[in-house]
Amino acid sequence: MASEKQKEQQEQQEQQEAPAQDHTDNVEPKDEVTKKGEEIKDNLDQLLDEIDEILEEDSEQFVENYIQRGGE
Amino acid sequence: MVPISNSTDTPIIIGTETEYGISIKNAVERDPVAASTLVVNVYKDSNLKKITWDYQQETPFVDARGFISGSENQKPDEDENTIVNDVLFNGGRYYVDHAHPEYCTPECTNARDVVTYEKAGDLILHLSCMAAEKLLPAEQEVLIYKNNTDYKGHSYGGHENYLMSRQVEFDDIVQGMIPFFVTRQIITGAGKVGSENGSEPAEFQITQRADFFETEVGLSTMVARPIINTRDEPHADEKAYRRFHVIVGDSNMSEFSIYLKVGITAIVLKLIEKGVVGDQFNLVKPVSQNQIVSRDLTCKRNVLLEDGRRLTPIEIQRLYLDLAHKHLQPHEITSVMEDVMAKWEFVLDQLETDPMSLDQYLDWVIKKRVIDAFIERHNLDWLDSRVRMVDLQYHDIRPDKGLYARLKKNGRVHQIVDHAEVVRAITDPPTDTRAFFRGSCLQKFPEYIRSASWNSMVFCTDGSSLDKILMDRPHFGTKEVVGDLLKNCAASELVEAVLSSNANKE
Repeated sequence: MASEKQKEQQEQQEQQEAPAQDHTDNVEPKDEVTKKGEEIKDNLDQLLDEIDEILEEDSEQFVENYIQRGGE
Repeated sequence: MVPISNSTDTPIIIGTETEYGISIKNAVERDPVAASTLVVNVYKDSNLKKITWDYQQETPFVDARGFISGSENQKPDEDENTIVNDVLFNGGRYYVDHAHPEYCTPECTNARDVVTYEKAGDLILHLSCMAAEKLLPAEQEVLIYKNNTDYKGHSYGGHENYLMSRQVEFDDIVQGMIPFFVTRQIITGAGKVGSENGSEPAEFQITQRADFFETEVGLSTMVARPIINTRDEPHADEKAYRRFHVIVGDSNMSEFSIYLKVGITAIVLKLIEKGVVGDQFNLVKPVSQNQIVSRDLTCKRNVLLEDGRRLTPIEIQRLYLDLAHKHLQPHEITSVMEDVMAKWEFVLDQLETDPMSLDQYLDWVIKKRVIDAFIERHNLDWLDSRVRMVDLQYHDIRPDKGLYARLKKNGRVHQIVDHAEVVRAITDPPTDTRAFFRGSCLQKFPEYIRSASWNSMVFCTDGSSLDKILMDRPHFGTKEVVGDLLKNCAASELVEAVLSSNANKE
């Protein structure tokens, strides 16, 4: 598993590698998208904490028992 | 002035149907039919249980190619369904279909409203679960998943419906839509860990459903599923309209995915009505290419066309978008369509640059980003049951436990509509289709309504005789036209006014 430092470096690298993008009308400007993307990366760790907290316990059995009938 | 063909004057009417996966946690035995029935029956936005769905107005076995199918095995049993059919205040439907709760949006005129009403459906399911749990032992919990597979070869649908002119040849729809659907999935896919139904292995693929499509054209929705479904049941004047029933798509959590899915599809169907698509995109072996596209997370692997061209799914989608820019007249482009076209272009540009840049827009990318991070943190492989659990729980509709819901709560996914609008849409019908008439009547005159369907309502206002109001035009019955009548009239006056107005039109 990557150490915190490695992770940080990787994130920085990813941020630097994010392509510079042009501004367009009508839809969200792409630099906005990139900025939001960076925020998401920053928050991903927090989300992973949340997932660890709320993920159904005993996932192996849960997934195995999730059986549906075909529909439509 | 160039004359505008009649066939392009068909109003845009769109609706979706969602079959939800259902499971009761800590239940002693698994009985999805009983669970679905409990969930649907316990929901009351009304006291409408005595109003039954009118099956006489439904002919699900008529095939668009012009014959009636011999198999009636799946015909709804009226007695069985009486207790589990609910017409909603918002004009939609909520009932048990096979072993799943199913929600149908009311008829909408634009992609934005479809998002609002589809999301209202998720809330209706959540309200139902909370009510159902009060009737269950304390340790049991009803879990609902808005996805399309149990990962073991059983699929359930998320269907779309589009009103079209009857004048369009069905072959034109088949030719124009197969290449569109095979490539549309790069925008509309909900993402899936693994593969099933005997198809090629995959760690992660773009769609939930590609593994289940085995033929190009057909009537069945349950076995050997076709890319183009031929069900011809317009729920409207059959001489003027057909309802194009789309079964190839995934159910989406992302508002942005729902919005583009129905938005771009409605646009391409307009192009087909105009006769400008033809056979220029015909694909070689579309069924197997559908599965190949679903497995190519770069979206840049070439698809082979019958004329020998090799184009990426992004390029093919761009050609459809070009046709829309070229052939739709300014007066035909509504503000929502204009926005849809801008976002369609934005998504294709981003997919070209880096698909993962859409990790707050498209379901499959959002999910992939989360799973990649989860795998890295816990050092897992793709076969680990926790990875599959993350996939499944992404579709969990509970606001506190669903992973998509968590992303939304934390502002990590792009929204199309306000939550307040979605809450209102649980009970308020759209104002610009016949759903307004249906939903408003159900709210104001429930005691006088004996049955309802998509295109009819039966009233009994004098205690003995029945009056059937046909609603053959989905864009009639709007607030603009019947709003005052509904506000000011008694039930008998309303029925009389609508019947005489219908008679005058004939």
